[in-house]
Amino acid sequence: MTVTQNRAVESETSAAREKVLEVKNLRIHYETPRGDVIAVNGINFHVYKGETLGLVGESGCGKSTATAGILRLVQPPGRIVDGEVLLNGVDLLKLNESELRQKRWRDASLIPQGAMNSLNPVMKVKEQIGDGITTHEPGMSRQAVKERILELLTLVGLPSRVYDLYPHELSGGMKQRVCIAMGIALNPSMIIADEPTSALDVVVQRVVAQTLLDVKKKLGVSMILIGHDMGLQAQLVDRIAVMYAGNIVEIAPVRSLFEEPMHPYTQLLIASIPSIKERKPLKITEGLTHDLRNPPPGCIFQFRCPQVMEHCRKITPPLRELKPEHYVACHLYE
Amino acid sequence: MSQPLLQIINATKIYGNASSFLSANTQTVALQDFNLTIDEHPATITTIAGESGSGKTTLANAVLGFVNLSSGQILYKGRDIATLQRSKMLEYRREVQAIFQDPYEVYNPFYRVRHIFDMVIRRFKLARNKAEEREVIQQALKIVGLRDEEVLEKYPHQLSGGQRQRMMIARAYLLKPGLIVADEPVSMVDASLRAMILDIMMRLRDEHNISFLYITHDLSTAYQIGNDIHILYQGSIAERGETTQVIENPKHPYVQLLIDSIPVPDPDIKWGEDVEAAGDEKMRSQANSGCRFYPRCPHGMDRCLEKQPPIYQLNGSDHEAACYLYDEMPVAEKRN
Ligand SMILES: Nc1ncnc2c1ncn2[C@@H]1O[C@H](COP(=O)(O)OP(=O)(O)OP(=O)(O)O)[C@@H](O)[C@H]1O
Ligand code: SF4
Ligand SMILES: [Mg+2]
Repeated sequence: MTVTQNRAVESETSAAREKVLEVKNLRIHYETPRGDVIAVNGINFHVYKGETLGLVGESGCGKSTATAGILRLVQPPGRIVDGEVLLNGVDLLKLNESELRQKRWRDASLIPQGAMNSLNPVMKVKEQIGDGITTHEPGMSRQAVKERILELLTLVGLPSRVYDLYPHELSGGMKQRVCIAMGIALNPSMIIADEPTSALDVVVQRVVAQTLLDVKKKLGVSMILIGHDMGLQAQLVDRIAVMYAGNIVEIAPVRSLFEEPMHPYTQLLIASIPSIKERKPLKITEGLTHDLRNPPPGCIFQFRCPQVMEHCRKITPPLRELKPEHYVACHLYE
Repeated sequence: MSQPLLQIINATKIYGNASSFLSANTQTVALQDFNLTIDEHPATITTIAGESGSGKTTLANAVLGFVNLSSGQILYKGRDIATLQRSKMLEYRREVQAIFQDPYEVYNPFYRVRHIFDMVIRRFKLARNKAEEREVIQQALKIVGLRDEEVLEKYPHQLSGGQRQRMMIARAYLLKPGLIVADEPVSMVDASLRAMILDIMMRLRDEHNISFLYITHDLSTAYQIGNDIHILYQGSIAERGETTQVIENPKHPYVQLLIDSIPVPDPDIKWGEDVEAAGDEKMRSQANSGCRFYPRCPHGMDRCLEKQPPIYQLNGSDHEAACYLYDEMPVAEKRN
């Protein structure tokens, strides 16, 4: 990869790092009778090779839509309005259907939100995983498929007897690990996991999270991990992107984000993480997220921002790199 | 001493068929010999915590009168709620309110929010005329930090998750309850709105003398606002006591594992690698006799398999744990 002059602002390490995924100006709308919901409002970010990028934000801010958009899995009435999604340099949004099918699962896979509850109840684990493999590798022998499935089960820490079980015979954590196995079945270079642990209890959540870390370490894949639990993010990701109402408002390495959150929304998120170490007064905000059909002029966070200024209501703050690898969209830092 | 507001005595709930020697046992013990007392004054927030399937929602539903216990009693101000007369039952339904995880499901999408208030006001005759009605509604909304013009004329889907949850609390407050059963009230809202709802719960407790039975799987929010905590494991109490004591100094091996599993929101403090890989599978297996946590317990002893441990009293305080590791301590409560 060549390092061009205008990247000099980035730290050496990051400039030298290879980007597996680059999302540029991705815009996704849902059509409704009373106007388009702007679920993803022209976002930009990238994922480096071998890293985990966390994507956080409140329910409805567009996390699932954005990541479904990357693999062109947005369902109507949703549609991708604009943007580029470069996966290993190839723009997925420009491919035709059959080219795209080649890339999906093989190059990048998605473990959807609530995946464990959408396993087919009448299919055994071996069939669920096997189906995915044989669709993409029709030439593979039955024996080879079986070996591959058993290998995948070991990789996600499940005993081989799971091979012959139905979903209802598995606990939530085991089901979720089956979904992870399906996601990595074709050795993708990129996995997108949408809230993979959020329906689980803390003890199981930890086991599943550890499984994800293990898999990532062993396979060297890149990952986007969607979540809303900041504690879990702190444990699992390398960088975090914070989304608010369809926009990315801050992206930073996980340490900088926790040590020095810069966007007022991120500050609020961090300040309101409940602790089990100290009892502290709760940080409270007022205000309401605007109707996504009708975003206000200026900053999208203005209605809830404790530091809103006059021109925040007129001019949209762009996402700017304020420190190496630390991007923020807020007028406070101009 | 004041009379208890709520007393739960040996509450047991068994679902399914009793086993006979012909059929396999298809029973699930959702709740076993559970005891709890909430005093009337001062108001408190009592947490019931546990993982899914631990029996906490069964308990909430029993207190709300939605399920009948298999054995045991629930007394409200000294009266058994299973034997209340019709008129007393209506009174109970007014005094004990509920708020749930996803308030969206509670609302009828075709009515404006105002209608929800009108209905309770009429049903419980809370106002004599329009002016009074307005006043009660305004006051209730003010408590939860909403303005009436902001929400009353809207449809439920036009409100944010946090607003909907606050509407539910305002509706509950309208009835001046003695107790609110809050079943996972903040698990659907994001972090900054969660703080607001927890704060409202604390204010209702401290300024309006409303007690809460706070049902959650999230120990950290309980730690922030709770008085006593009861931690359930597969239907039985594992540990209970004053919240800060239990969470800062957990005694039961299960509670220790739970607290250890909470991700620390600090990238510099990483989880140890010592997590038990099979934990999740073993978790669902139930011991047939003895301590239910035995299959997963790192300290399991032979005697743990023989009989379910009684509840031991630790340090002479009201901190208690059901575990043989503490068998030198006095027994607080025997169990069958
Ligand atoms: N089929 C649809 N029609 C109209 N609007 C939709 C549709 N699906 C999603 N939306 C809207 O798009 C926005 C983004 O939704 P999305 O599911 O991507 O959010 P999310 O961040 O993944 O939320 P969560 O944390 O709850 O999973 C929301 O405002 C949502 O209401
Ligand atoms: S741009 Fe203004 S309104 Fe937006 S977050 Fe920054 S200070 Fe707040
Ligand atoms: Mg989502």
